[in-house]
Amino acid sequence: MKLALNKTGPRDDPPIGEDGPLYTAHRKVHPQSVCGTFRTIKWRLMVVCLGIYYLLPFVRWRRGLGAPGQAVLLDFPNRRFYFFFIELWPQELYYFTGLLVLAALALFLMNALGGRIWCGYLCPQTAWTDLFYAVERWVEGDRRDRLRAAARPMTVGRAAKRVLKHAVWLMIAWWTGGAWVLYFADAHTLVRDLATFQAPAIAYIWIGILTVTTYLLAGYMREQVCVYMCPWPRIQAALTDEWALNVTYKYDRGEQRCSLKKSFDLRARGEKIGDCIDCNQCVAVCPTGVDIRNGAQLGCIQCGLCIDACDAVMKKIGRKSRLIGYDNDINIRRRMEGKSELFKPVRPRTIVYASLISVVCATMLYGLLSRTLLDVNVLHDRSPMAVRLSDGSIRNGYTVRVLNKLAFDRVIAIDIDGPPQTSVHVVGVDSVTVERPTIVLARDTTTELRLLVTAPADDTSERSMPVTFRVTDIGLGEVAAATDHFVFP
Amino acid sequence: MTDRDFDRISGRSTTGHEWDGIKELNTPLPRWWISTFYATILWAIAYWVVYPAWPLLSSYTTGVFHYSARASVANDLAGLEKLRGEKMAVLGKVSLTEIETDPALLALGRARGKTVFADNCAPCHGSGGAGAKGYPNLNDDDWLWGGSLDQIQQTIQFGARSGHAQAHEGQMLAFGRDGILRKDEIATVANYVRSLSGLSTVANFDAAAGARIFADNCAACHGENAKGNQELGAPNLTDHIWLYGSDEETLIETISYGRAGIMPAWSGRFDPITIKALAVYVHSLGGGQ
Repeated sequence: MKLALNKTGPRDDPPIGEDGPLYTAHRKVHPQSVCGTFRTIKWRLMVVCLGIYYLLPFVRWRRGLGAPGQAVLLDFPNRRFYFFFIELWPQELYYFTGLLVLAALALFLMNALGGRIWCGYLCPQTAWTDLFYAVERWVEGDRRDRLRAAARPMTVGRAAKRVLKHAVWLMIAWWTGGAWVLYFADAHTLVRDLATFQAPAIAYIWIGILTVTTYLLAGYMREQVCVYMCPWPRIQAALTDEWALNVTYKYDRGEQRCSLKKSFDLRARGEKIGDCIDCNQCVAVCPTGVDIRNGAQLGCIQCGLCIDACDAVMKKIGRKSRLIGYDNDINIRRRMEGKSELFKPVRPRTIVYASLISVVCATMLYGLLSRTLLDVNVLHDRSPMAVRLSDGSIRNGYTVRVLNKLAFDRVIAIDIDGPPQTSVHVVGVDSVTVERPTIVLARDTTTELRLLVTAPADDTSERSMPVTFRVTDIGLGEVAAATDHFVFP
Repeated sequence: MTDRDFDRISGRSTTGHEWDGIKELNTPLPRWWISTFYATILWAIAYWVVYPAWPLLSSYTTGVFHYSARASVANDLAGLEKLRGEKMAVLGKVSLTEIETDPALLALGRARGKTVFADNCAPCHGSGGAGAKGYPNLNDDDWLWGGSLDQIQQTIQFGARSGHAQAHEGQMLAFGRDGILRKDEIATVANYVRSLSGLSTVANFDAAAGARIFADNCAACHGENAKGNQELGAPNLTDHIWLYGSDEETLIETISYGRAGIMPAWSGRFDPITIKALAVYVHSLGGGQ
């Protein structure tokens, strides 16, 4: 079995035979800093994404007295999820399913348009690794310094730098865990409790867990997460098509590679020489250590940093930029055949993904807008199903659960549509209106009622009749209903 | 081990055992296996040192931890009671009516009452209090000893004919067995009782005789109008609810041999708060009377 991933240049590992090792040894990547369009995009996205992650828990939202004032809050003890103006109950978990479906479809659409946009720009692993690399560069110097230092014996100065680097890393990692727990409790209170060591142990444990994972994944695992752990590169490879734009080395333009000096002579003699001067800058800046000139590969997260590196070199030597760019094999072939380039962002695949996204969005929006804030569930007594009273009339008992999803108390009236001349009694409630019991529902909770419905002596041959429980908000006029059966003995 | 015997073909040592010229190769167990095996032995020894292990004549070795599953369960139960006690104490401070009209207290009382009912009352009264022959249905509006919250609480506490000093007392006499009424009189009064709640009677039934027998023998407890008497647990004979059955045969049996169903007294087994919760739960089943 052969497993040789991301091999660039001549293979210096011992030849792998059929019985050879299953794993290639890890080679540490020392990416070089780079400036350019894509680097700028990546910096901005990092600030936005990490900014949202770290600061969102502190955003407040007024919900009224007694309700949490945090904009985004997963309140597990009270089983409520708050997202700005939306408050979801556990039974509405399907909205999260919708979000997951939406996330998957968005990923597919991104992939069909521009390859691994998620991996290169938005993935948390990429964002935090990028941040950790920036810290490393800031403390220990750029690629060249780090490589030189790695080859030499340790000095006190370097040891101090290394300690500083890990300290900064751990601090970032700690804040990552710290921000995480703030989504599960009131952020302001929890921050104060954390600082004064009053917070519950579970908060510290979760901060610890996320500190460790962030530190290990972004500081040590880095590109190995993408190459060995993440399922998306595998799925992505199966989902992509020939029209998707990927970060591509345009070998029609780049080959034959030749050093700059030699290329002048050779070109003067009329030989066909490519634009690539084999400066290896694209490899030096790559955060996963691949050589983009070997074509599309698993290790490439398509962050576009090699485009920036190559563009800088091309500009310096006065050649056309975008020797590496967002492109595909179809266009490389077309250019080689002398045809014009052809881009097809709108094609059946993208249309299908986009329409699926619209359908899911529309469904979720409809669900959210038509969501009822008053709901009723009915459970018929099992034993006894029906009770004969002393005057011969028949009574059925029901457990009725009324859900008030509003942030304030409301008064409801209960109406029964069932066998003729039924009367209703709510246990423990002395309603002023006997015919139509009125109940006060506490805000944001479920009220359980025991209802006794009585029908006159059964002169009917029916053994069971449908009965509808209609709950009407007296103030707002909102109505909810549930149907069950009235059973005769 | 200088005289170790080696197999010539495989080059491996043998155990020295030989049968008809065939030697057994020595294949030692892997070291990790042996180590694990020794570790399990050590574990077993350590286990009986710290945990109960060896039976003795009248007791057993308790181990240095003195662990006991029974004590552990008792401890857990005590903890549960303590936990419940704090919440349930509220029920002890308020009246039964206050519990039933406060939604939170009602939910608490019903929850507690439901579990206690299922463990203790359901064997006779049924899981939902539906009752059975001789065991009253607790969901209806007919109550032998009264269906108010207080009356239900009292019945649960002291029972009926339970032997408790404060228990409900009342006898349905065995009119046939004790020779108070003749067989034909019993049949007549049985049909008369059926007629009171509109049930059919036999063809040649003498209503006047039935009324006379009833007034002489039954009205003392069941009342002139046969509406019953909750002081004595005498049921209303004019309604649609029959504890033992309303057919002629059952009525004759009831009148001939009497009835004396027993409801145990629970005051010795439950604390007052539990009895309160149970009363609220039972009352909530059918709204009492």
